[in-house]
Amino acid sequence: MIEVEGLTKFYGRLAAIKDVSFRVKSGEIVGFLGPNGAGKTTTMRILTCFCPASSGEARVLGMDVRNESLKIREKVGYLPENIPLYDWMRVKAYMDFVARAKGVAAADRPAEIDRVAESVGLSQVMDKIIRWLSKGYRQRVGLAQALIGDPPILILDEPTIGLDPKQIREIRRLIKGFSQNRTVILSTHILPEVSQVCDRVIIINKGSIVAEDSPENLTSGHGKSSRTQIAVRAPEEEVRSFLSTLDGVLSVVPARAATNDENAVIVEAAAETDVRPELARAVLGKGWDLLELRPIHVSLEDVFIDLVTEETEDEASAGVAGQKEEAS
Amino acid sequence: MKGLYAIFRKETANFFVSPIAYAVIAIFLLVSGFFFWANVSFMSLVSLQAANNPMIAERINLTDVVIRPLVQNMSIVLLFVMPLLTMRLFSEEKKSGTIELLLTYPVTDLAVLFGKFLAAALLLLVMLAGTLPFLVLLFGIGDPDPGTLLSGYLGLLLMGAAFMALGIFISSLTENQIIAAAVSFGSALLFWVLSWSSTLSGEKVGAVLRQLSILEHLESFNKGILALSDLSFFVLFIAFFLFLTLRSLETNRWRG
Repeated sequence: MIEVEGLTKFYGRLAAIKDVSFRVKSGEIVGFLGPNGAGKTTTMRILTCFCPASSGEARVLGMDVRNESLKIREKVGYLPENIPLYDWMRVKAYMDFVARAKGVAAADRPAEIDRVAESVGLSQVMDKIIRWLSKGYRQRVGLAQALIGDPPILILDEPTIGLDPKQIREIRRLIKGFSQNRTVILSTHILPEVSQVCDRVIIINKGSIVAEDSPENLTSGHGKSSRTQIAVRAPEEEVRSFLSTLDGVLSVVPARAATNDENAVIVEAAAETDVRPELARAVLGKGWDLLELRPIHVSLEDVFIDLVTEETEDEASAGVAGQKEEAS
Repeated sequence: MKGLYAIFRKETANFFVSPIAYAVIAIFLLVSGFFFWANVSFMSLVSLQAANNPMIAERINLTDVVIRPLVQNMSIVLLFVMPLLTMRLFSEEKKSGTIELLLTYPVTDLAVLFGKFLAAALLLLVMLAGTLPFLVLLFGIGDPDPGTLLSGYLGLLLMGAAFMALGIFISSLTENQIIAAAVSFGSALLFWVLSWSSTLSGEKVGAVLRQLSILEHLESFNKGILALSDLSFFVLFIAFFLFLTLRSLETNRWRG
């Protein structure tokens, strides 16, 4: 459906994306995840034929973005980051304009506008001026313009940014609803969004893809060790030294400051071993009170932060090495 | 040119929703109306004197005393108001970011440009049509030369369109509407008066400058002369700046 190979885009001397390659299958919901300025928007702008890449190839439905831009634009619905809309227009007139611009036949236009308005829940505000709409409704109008003409591909840049939690949930529900016969690419830096909505995640940082997998695989495959939080009633030093002697335990670090003899520590163990039964037995065997025992799951957030900071550390050390070389 | 009509409709609606259209048309008609009144009053004054002096009476007529000065005055008013019509055409879209959506719809840059250009041209037509009552009055009180009148108005239309092309190009360069208006006005004025400097420069350079001056070409229309050279000057002027606008839009895409 979408094939991207070796895509690079320079703004002046600065590379916004470097050698980005990925594929998106038909019917997939793919999430672009990355900090601000990582190159998510640039990638999307190339796919929507808004701006051309400096080098590399991008194909949408088998068509090259450079040569068959107009045909691709017919098949792609796009929602840019800040939802640029014509504020002075009424919702209905705006949707009519979009339908005309997208070449929806005159006879189908009213039905198409109604269908889209219905599907994103805009029917109540069709006669309102866009400027006076709430942020949530603005977002819906943005989604509506992307959906007009029933494009098989949707590209949504930060579709839930700036919304309140209830609106976010509604927009996510809408996006999941679209995906039945559509391919969706969305970018976000809200991590739970990705795990809830997307089939696959592409983590992008500083213009390069650093990871690409399903949210489940990313979180399960990522942990090099499993971590367990345990709280017992006993002196801190004793707890730490005792627990670190147990089989399979790699390290023990305090989880929070001790209160009333209650000591919480995080026990790190090899990824494949479950140390919980062993811990429970050992603590009870010592005659201490076991107050809490729970595994700490790796969240997508941890994966994300790890991937993004690893990269930065590498670069930082490379930078230092470079400086040393220069100095010598 | 798919989508051209959609953009034309949207731009026209924008002119009339934002009060720009009303303000500009009203000011243009007010000032033109003032000039018309002044010219007609002058005509009646000299006619009175001519009643006693047959030498003058032979030389005065409606065309020379009213129509040609009126068209000249209107062309100056157009010079002032055209930048106000074109300033927002692209800079507003750039500022609000709507250009990103517009340029990802299945519409060519050329259709976008023509949609906007034609919407501004429609406004120009409405403005000029607003002066028709003057002409009706003229035909009522006298016997003006319809040929000179027509060629004068054609000159106004072409000149207005030339200012529009220039203004749209400048609007595509900046996201600030004030800058767009100021630069459009300044450069239009320069093109207007270019011929004044021709007497100060050398013979060859002077000839080139005269050919580039809008005023020079407009004058022949106002004299009732329809020359291919004047016609092609305006057509080429418009085509050149529309072409530059297309290039500017493409540059914008590369810059993202």
